[in-house]
Order: sequence, then structure tokens, then C-alpha cells
Amino acid sequence: MAELSNQLVAAAVLAYLAAMICYAGEYAFGKRSHIGKAASRPARQLVGAGAPVPDDIVSDDPPPPARRDRAELTGRIAVGFNALAVLLHLGALVTRGVAADRMPWGNMYEYILSTTFVASAVWIGVVLARPAVRHLGLFAALALVVMLGAASLIAYTPVGPLVPALNSYWFIIHVSTVIVGSGIFLIGAVPAAMFLIRNGYDEGKRRFPYTLGKRVPEAAVLERLTFRLHAFAFPLFTFGALIAGPIWAEASWGRYWGWDPKEVWAFISWIVYAGYLHARATPSVKRTVATWIALIGFVTMLMNLFGVNLFFEGLHSYANAG
Amino acid sequence: MTIVEERPAPPAAPPPRPSRRIWALLRNSWRQLTSMRTALVLLFLLAVAAIPGSIFPQRAVNAEKVTQYYTAHPKLAPWLEKLGGFEVYASPWFASIYLLLFVSLIGCVVPRLIDHVRALRIAVPDAPKRFGRLPQHSDEWSSSLTPAAAAGVIAKQLRGRRFRTKVREQEDGSFTVSAEKGYLKETGNLLFHISMLAVLIGVGFGHWYGWHGNRILVGGADQGFCNVLPQYDDSSLGPRVDTADLPNFCIKLTKFDATYQTTGQPKTFSATVSVTQDGGAAETRSFTVNDPLRLHGASVHLLGHGYAPILRYTDRYGVSQTKVVPFLPVDAMQTSEGVAQFPDVNIDPKTGKRDATLQMGFEGRYLPTVAKDGSATSAFPAENDPALYLTAYRGDLGLDVGTPGSVYSLDQGQIATGELKNITGTRPHPMRVGDTWTLDDGSKLEFLGTRPFATLSIRHDPTQSLALAGAVLGLLGLMLSLWGHRRRVWFRALPGRSAVSGGTLLVAGGLPRTDYPGFPDEFEALVKTAEEGTP
Ligand code: HEM
Repeated sequence: MAELSNQLVAAAVLAYLAAMICYAGEYAFGKRSHIGKAASRPARQLVGAGAPVPDDIVSDDPPPPARRDRAELTGRIAVGFNALAVLLHLGALVTRGVAADRMPWGNMYEYILSTTFVASAVWIGVVLARPAVRHLGLFAALALVVMLGAASLIAYTPVGPLVPALNSYWFIIHVSTVIVGSGIFLIGAVPAAMFLIRNGYDEGKRRFPYTLGKRVPEAAVLERLTFRLHAFAFPLFTFGALIAGPIWAEASWGRYWGWDPKEVWAFISWIVYAGYLHARATPSVKRTVATWIALIGFVTMLMNLFGVNLFFEGLHSYANAG
Repeated sequence: MTIVEERPAPPAAPPPRPSRRIWALLRNSWRQLTSMRTALVLLFLLAVAAIPGSIFPQRAVNAEKVTQYYTAHPKLAPWLEKLGGFEVYASPWFASIYLLLFVSLIGCVVPRLIDHVRALRIAVPDAPKRFGRLPQHSDEWSSSLTPAAAAGVIAKQLRGRRFRTKVREQEDGSFTVSAEKGYLKETGNLLFHISMLAVLIGVGFGHWYGWHGNRILVGGADQGFCNVLPQYDDSSLGPRVDTADLPNFCIKLTKFDATYQTTGQPKTFSATVSVTQDGGAAETRSFTVNDPLRLHGASVHLLGHGYAPILRYTDRYGVSQTKVVPFLPVDAMQTSEGVAQFPDVNIDPKTGKRDATLQMGFEGRYLPTVAKDGSATSAFPAENDPALYLTAYRGDLGLDVGTPGSVYSLDQGQIATGELKNITGTRPHPMRVGDTWTLDDGSKLEFLGTRPFATLSIRHDPTQSLALAGAVLGLLGLMLSLWGHRRRVWFRALPGRSAVSGGTLLVAGGLPRTDYPGFPDEFEALVKTAEEGTP
């Protein structure tokens, strides 16, 4: 089972890579316009409340139909690969859990595997709900490949039982909510970054990376998606990291908060994302500034996922594996 | 998310008179402090200020690491110490940031709270003259009801959808229905921010009125422990806690169970103790990692465990002493290190004087399972094949002078000066349970067995439930605030211009007061039900 799980991870990475290549293909061939048209079924709602995505994004010179069809097809194949990758990713988690005979969140490797799965599942949900943002798939898949690769290379840990400190239902609640919250935060960085790029492009910037903004959805759509994902993840993360975590820590270590490096970085992420929500709620703060704060939040999340485990030593027993 | 609505700009300050200048300055600073921009900057500063605490060892987390840091960076460490680098979260600069943030928070929340209470008490404002300017507006439709009846029907529908609703009759005989929903958003926002204050108070009081201590508790009735400070290995009382405030209880470890995976990974730990509280009868209680022993005014947490060898030393005059000494685990397989010190031995019965050069110390390792390859570390954490490896020292243990040293190692200073001599050579002497080791002077050491010990952390935090309640309420408020939407709708019922008496023309307008993409759909649905209700 453990072997199978590892193979599934490798297969998932390959599928993400394939999706990435197809997204890139569509990106290279395509124009926004037909993506918008392909999307012209009623926009369904995401986790929170949904915003209809304007599909009236018009391009000035439509590409020749053959090219358009090819791009369209490539895009659909990309989504197919992406969905396949999500299933393989899920399979890897399940087999890992079966092999270990517990929830697959016992150490840093499994934690990253789970978090990236959530990110990926939310992403595919967003794409299916709003095909208009499909062009971001290239970047989402890239982020996933990098993170999964890093997890396998840096953090791989053989299957083992939970140390007794992790054997508690509060642990399950804590880790699952933190994983879901972090996963959504992570994927929220993709529209955030693309919003900044698109916005720069709209303002006339033509250097790399702004050139990437040419074919992504409208800035306002990206910005709103960014906000939605973050506004959904924030309470989850608050519950997981700042309520369930301390409850478990109190039972396990006797203190609900002890400024262990993992706790410090969860606190930092939380404060930064609170800053993002504030900035976004303040009319005098530009949306670009607010979105930069969300990206800083992303960096702190990465620090929490990888950095803290690698650089610091704390009480979080799963942090020391790897 | 309040985009549509912003607090009105403060009126321009009057021309400064000298007496007023200070007042104006104060007022301006206050306004500055309670602005959202300041809140943002303070939030950001707080995040940045928290970083060093994860980089440098923190005394409150692990004091030993701080000592190690001093040895590793002798130049840098004193500087860091001055800057509060080892106690970041108790440092004045960290405190000043969060205190400012909370002052700003109060300054922000109180006016909003007042505004909100006011908004909840006054009626929803009347409809604007023209609906065409509103983000949402409907086409006109006609109804055979009278304007008053139509307005009544619509108001009832809106109330049924939990809108706050107000019907007004206008001078021209028309009726308007004003309705607003989503007050919970602001309520939630206020609840969230006020809860943050509750959390801060809970945390702060916990720091002042809480206490904690650590203790290694060796199994056996003779090794009990009572909750008084001198019996702790280390402890820390909050500034407002007096030793007399500590609750009165005693515990004895009667049993310790540990089970392991074949790889040596621990599966379960469980400690069974006999407890007496406030002088009552002894009870038997079990507790484990994640499931602490809750006593009146304290909880006892199981952090770790280990083995304490039982050693009997019989000195050259035939007098024997038995000690049970906990050896501290140094790895996951319970390779343990420790010492047994016998300062009051080899006392000549003729003179009755203690000879400081004849004290005995034994230092070494305990391996619960000797590795087949003969390495000096344990191969498994349970006692499958236990052995003790000891080196014997004779001389002055250095216990009578100076500061109390560690009870887990011999005084290296005494060894260095030769006051304490190794008398058995470099190879430690191996002992199995039951073995007797006869030393050069005819004295003997017997290894009688081991007892388990539990590492306990005993704590009390009187306000942790306040912090928890604050956090839970805060989360509730946060969800209401983030996921709620405030919006207004108006309906106008005009007496029909047509000849048909009683005919009414109806029209509706809507205003989302926050960024709410679902509003057009909702508005459409409201208009549709209104149309259906007013045939
Ligand atoms: C302990 C520090 C603070 C935290 C963690 C925090 C967190 C938050 C969060 C997460 C929101 C988003 C809720 C929403 O968008 O509706 C929010 C909104 C808000 N916060 Fe704070 N906040 C803090 C301090 C402050 C301070 C100091 C002020 C005043 C200067 C303030 C004023 C506001 C206002 C006015 C909103 C509502 C924005 C709106 O929707 O109109 N907050 N806060």
C-alpha cells in the first residue's frame, strides 16, 4: 500500500505536468475570447456565494477557427488531465492512510500531500464552476507540481504510526481544518498573482511577467475570486489553527499557546491574512496593495509548510520528520 | 467591505487657539491611531515582530536552548538578550505593538458599536426619489390592489424574508416600503473585534494568575510528590500568584504502561496514580498523553517517561544505602543517561566524620534493550534486555559548595580539578539486573532493578476558558461578518393613473451596501414574488 501510494504520487505529478503542458498549449494557441464563449453556460457558484463571471470578454481579432478549436480542445484535455491528477492525488492520500491505518496527516510529508490535495481539489472545483478562469490552470498546475515535488524530495517520510501525542480527535479536527484552510489559501495565491499581472498589463506594462496577463481573465474577476477564496479560508484557518490547535495543545502539552515555531508562523499567517481582509475592506487602500498583502500571506504559508519544518525545531512532533 | 458606506469626514478643525492646540493635537493623534491605515500598519508590525521568536531560542519555550545559544554565539547573545530576543513575546516592544493595536481597536469599535445600535433602532430610511439611479431597479408593473394593500402585501413578504421593513404613506397618496437586511454582518464584525479583546484579557490574566511546574515522578509509594514549590524540579508562578495559593494535592505513580510498535515507535502511554486532594481519601486515576489528569485547580499532563535504576551501595564499613535515580532518555529508543551520587558514605564509624574524599558517584547509561551489535545505544524502548553501564568516581562530589548543579550529571569542575577521580578506567562497567560490582576498596554496588518514571507538567490557567470563549465567539462573529451581506430594497406603490379605480403601479429598487455579487439575483426574486403577490 505504501508503495502504491508513492507510485500514485509520482503518477499525480506526471498528470499535473501533462495538464500543465496542455494548459500551456491552450495558452499559446488561444485567445481569451473563445474561452469566454466556452464558458457561456450559467456561471455556477463557488463555495461561498458566486459571482457571475462576465463572459462578454471580447477580443479584437478572433483567431482563425481551426486554431481556436485546437486551443479549445487542448484546454479541455488540460482540464481532463488536471481532474485525473486530482483523482491520483486523492488515491495517493487514501492508500497512504490505509497503509498507515490512520488519517494521512501524521507527518510533514503527509501534511503537505493533504494540503496540496485540498488546493488542487478547490482549484478544479473553481475551474469546473467557471471555465473562464481556466487559463490560470497553467500556473495552478505549476504551483502544485513544485509543491508536490518538494514534498517528495525534501520531506518524504516512510509510513509509520502516530506518536501518542498525535493520537487524539482534536488532532484530527485541528489538522483537517488547518489543511483545508491552508490549501485554499495556497490556491488563492494563483488568482492573486494573476490579478497583479493582469492589472499591470492593463496599465500598459509590457515586460515579463506582465505579458502573461494578456490572456488571463479580467482583473476584476481575478480580484474577486482572490477575495472569495481568502474570505472562505480565513475562518477555517482561524478555527483550525487558533481554536482547535490550542485546545489540543492544552490537552497534550498543558498550555494552549506556547510560541512554538509552528505556532508563531500560524499566528503570523493569520495576522497577515487579517491584514489582507482589512486592506480589502478599506476603500482608501488600493486593491493591488491588498492583493500584495495576500501574497505575503502566501509566503508565510510556505514558511509554515516547509520552512518551519526544515529550519526550526519545535514540539510539533510531525515537524521533526524528514 | 463597506464600500458604499463610509463614515463622514470629521468637520474641519476650527482655527487653532493656543489653549486648544494641545486638545486638537490629541484629538488628531487619536483619530490617526484609530484609522484603518494605522490598524493595518500595526497588524503588519505585529506579524514582523513575531518572526524573531521563531528564529532565536525562547527562554519560555526551552531555556536550555538559550544557554546553548550563549555558548555558540558568545558575542551576539548578550546583545540579543538586551533587545529581548530570547523573550520576544514578553518584550516591551512586542507588548507595545499589540497594546497599541488594541487601543486602536477599541477606538475603532466603540464608535461603530454606537452607530450600529443607532441604526438598529431607527427605521429603515425612506425610498429615494428615483429608482433609476440605484444599482438595481425593476420595470413598472400594475396591480388591482390599492396602493396601501399592495404595500402591505409586499411588506409582509419582506418581513417573512427577515427584512426589517417600514411602510410609509407619502403626501401624494403613494406608499413606499423600505426594507433592509444583513445587520448581522456588522453585528458579527463588532462581535469579532470585541472578542479579540476578550481573548487578550484571557491570555493576559492567565499569564498573571497562572502557574506551572515540571516534575519527574518516579514510581513507587516512597516517591510521592505533593504540590508545594520545593518539590518541583522547576516551576514558574505568575506575578500575582503566591505559593500559598497553590492547591493542595499529592500524587504517587503506581503504574506506568507503555506499548510500542515493533519499530520502537511508541503507541500508547498511560500513567496510573494515587491522588489525594485537600486531605481527602486517596483515589486511583489514570491519565495519558492528550488526556490529562484534571484536579481541583490544576491539571497534570504526561509529557514523557523513562527508567530509574535502583542502586544499592554498600560502603567499605558495610553500611548500605539504596537510591532510585531517574536516568533521562537521550533518544527515541530510551537510551538514558544519569548519575547516582552517594555523598554520605564511607563514614568511619569510629570517628563518625564524613570524609569528603571518599564520597561516591556513578555515572553512565542505561539501555532498556542492549543492541545486538554492541553499540552504546538502546535498540528498543521497552526493557527487553536491559543493562546498565557505569563508571565509578570517588572523591569530593562538590555538592556542599556553590550553586546546586544538575542532578543528572557529575560536577565536571570537580573532575577537572581532580577532586573527584575516575576509579574504574575508561570502559564503563556493564551490569545486569541483580549484578553486584565490587570496587577496589571492597565496597559494592548492586543493580537491583528499575522503576518507571513519568515526566509531568502541572499547570493551572484560571482564564483559559475566557480566552476560548472569546475565540469561539470571535469566530462566529467573523463568519457572520465575512459571509453576510447588507442590502436595502424599496418598493413604491403609486395610485394608478388609469381610470380603473383602485389600480396601482408598482416599482422596485435595490442597493447592495456591501460587495455582494448575488444581489441582482436576489433582487429579481424579490420583485418576482412581489409581482405574484400583487395581481
Ligand atoms: C487584533 C487585531 C485585529 C484583527 C485580527 C482584525 C481582523 C479583522 C478581520 C478578519 C476583518 C474582516 C471581517 C470583514 O471583512 O468583515 C476585520 C474587519 C474590520 N476591522 Fe479589524 N481586526 C483587528 C483590529 C482592528 C482595528 C485596530 C480596527 C480599527 C482601526 C479594526 C477595524 C475593522 C473594521 C472597521 C472592519 C470592517 C471592515 C468592513 O467590513 O467595513 N480592526 N478585522
